[in-house]
Amino acid sequence: MLLEIQDLTLLYGRIQALHGISLYVDEGEVVALIGANGAGKTTTMRAISGLRPVASGKIIFAGQDVTKMRADLRVIRGIGQAPEGRGVFPGMSVQENLEMGAYTRRDGAGIRQDLAMVFDLFPRLKERQRQAGGTLSGGEQQMLAVGRAMMTRPKLLLLDEPSMGLAPMLIQQIFEIITRINEQGTTVLLVEQNAQQALSRAHRGYVLETGAIVKEGSGQELLHDPAVKEAYLGVA
Amino acid sequence: MNAHVEKVRSRGRSMRARWDSMPRQVRWIALLALVVFLYLLPNRWFYINLWYFRTMESDMATVLFETSFFVLLAVGLNVVVGFAGLLDLGYFGFFAVGAYTVALLTSPESRFDVGWPWLAAVPAAVAVTMISGVILGGPTLRLRGDYLAIVTLGFAEMIRLYAARNEGIANGQRGIPEIPHPVPSVKGSDGQALFGVVDARPYYWLTLTIIIFVILGVRNLTRSRVGRAWVAIREDEDAAQIMGVPTFKYKLWAFAIGAAVGGLSGALFAGKQSFINSDSFQLTNSILVLAAVILGGAGNIYGAVIGAFITWYLPEWVRGIGGVIGLEINVAEYRILIFGAVLIVMMIFRPQGILPSRRRAAEFADRRQEAAPTEASA
Repeated sequence: MLLEIQDLTLLYGRIQALHGISLYVDEGEVVALIGANGAGKTTTMRAISGLRPVASGKIIFAGQDVTKMRADLRVIRGIGQAPEGRGVFPGMSVQENLEMGAYTRRDGAGIRQDLAMVFDLFPRLKERQRQAGGTLSGGEQQMLAVGRAMMTRPKLLLLDEPSMGLAPMLIQQIFEIITRINEQGTTVLLVEQNAQQALSRAHRGYVLETGAIVKEGSGQELLHDPAVKEAYLGVA
Repeated sequence: MNAHVEKVRSRGRSMRARWDSMPRQVRWIALLALVVFLYLLPNRWFYINLWYFRTMESDMATVLFETSFFVLLAVGLNVVVGFAGLLDLGYFGFFAVGAYTVALLTSPESRFDVGWPWLAAVPAAVAVTMISGVILGGPTLRLRGDYLAIVTLGFAEMIRLYAARNEGIANGQRGIPEIPHPVPSVKGSDGQALFGVVDARPYYWLTLTIIIFVILGVRNLTRSRVGRAWVAIREDEDAAQIMGVPTFKYKLWAFAIGAAVGGLSGALFAGKQSFINSDSFQLTNSILVLAAVILGGAGNIYGAVIGAFITWYLPEWVRGIGGVIGLEINVAEYRILIFGAVLIVMMIFRPQGILPSRRRAAEFADRRQEAAPTEASA
């Protein structure tokens, strides 16, 4: 198991956002976490990357308990995250944003190689290399966030709503890229409102409702589950 | 896609591009000429020929010293506010700590009466302010934005009130007199100590030299990993963290470096005035330095320099100009009022400051875009 979460609870002030979540991600998998707005998907992601302290429970990554570890040290251990929405550095150019992703790395050759890989995945970013991050369109920023996370050379890539605000054609494209990233050997944990796309691409999935996991199974199982269909896929 | 963003970027670019496109030698000569000019400036035979530029009613050398000293403060605060993006409203607290450290270590009137020479007390003052920066920053830099501003504001006021009320060490309102001037052994041409009461020029030259060294040091820092970490923290702290930047550590560094420069200014101030009490450390000064940094363009060293120059020199200059053109009012008295109005206008039309860093301009454009999402449809 690459990532294992045991009975995780998390508080926002006095409001409990997560009520004892347990899940795991195996090496090489794409796992999708789906649920409605406010179900606690982003909160779970922030707990895993270390941006939010947890109240109780455990986060074990690559055999090591990282529950209390600082976020920047988790990056070195191999947790890379593309945050929700506009998480790029607006004043830095595309190139500088990507170089920020390699901040903890010292392997010059490896960094150049990964930069080429990211430009290969997202040719659009190469075109906009010198442009400031804040001036990109929503879709391009999304690509930049994913590319930047890839530059940390993660073992586990956390993607928070990569399809948010994108045109249908771009959504298709970004999911294809996620599949490609996974096939090249990166494990992916994905948070999505677009349950159809996420589940059809994922090996396994979890359904989150008001801070608790209510269902889990393989992508296909969940895709054909009547309750999931009704609640998240918009078919009765 | 977004016309405003492009406009802001191109506006910042034109001047910089012209500068950058000049040959290296030309740029060096221009900079050298500027430095020579600045060193010559306080000499009467020199500035007397700069008819409209010099101050009419106050001693030019004194005004220049005060201005340079203010510039030093702005350069220090710019590290905290401009580079790391930490809103520090209590910068004068560090200034006060530096000044009091020098006073206590050097003055024969001090409770400790150790009688150090000024020069030996300066490193001590810098070290003490740095440590006080770390002590204040340790618990508070985990706070963000508004909270940090309020805590630093409280810090500066605490230092001032403590100095005013404490009789045992700080001598209360009476303050600490007889602080020795810098290096009394160095004599001027008239056989008197170079750093004396009357002539402000040596202090100006000293401060100018310190500024140049501080600028060189800070500039190197901003081009290093530390500088990149600061930019990332300022632009998006969460994102910086998930890039592996130890944000707390670098924020603390910015705070400590800023504090050290503040302490250095305090040491200079104490050496020049030879007397300090709590009245020298009013809150308005903290705000004025911050305003200067923002006016000039936070995040750019030269912006901070220009902002500080304008904030301090211009009112003094205007004071004299009023007399020349026959105006009876003392413009300097309205300084804060005029300055406030200028700031408001600036914040509306050019929030990134007079001479912003390229990045800061783009950041501001981005924030505007967020505030008006209809523009951002891409």
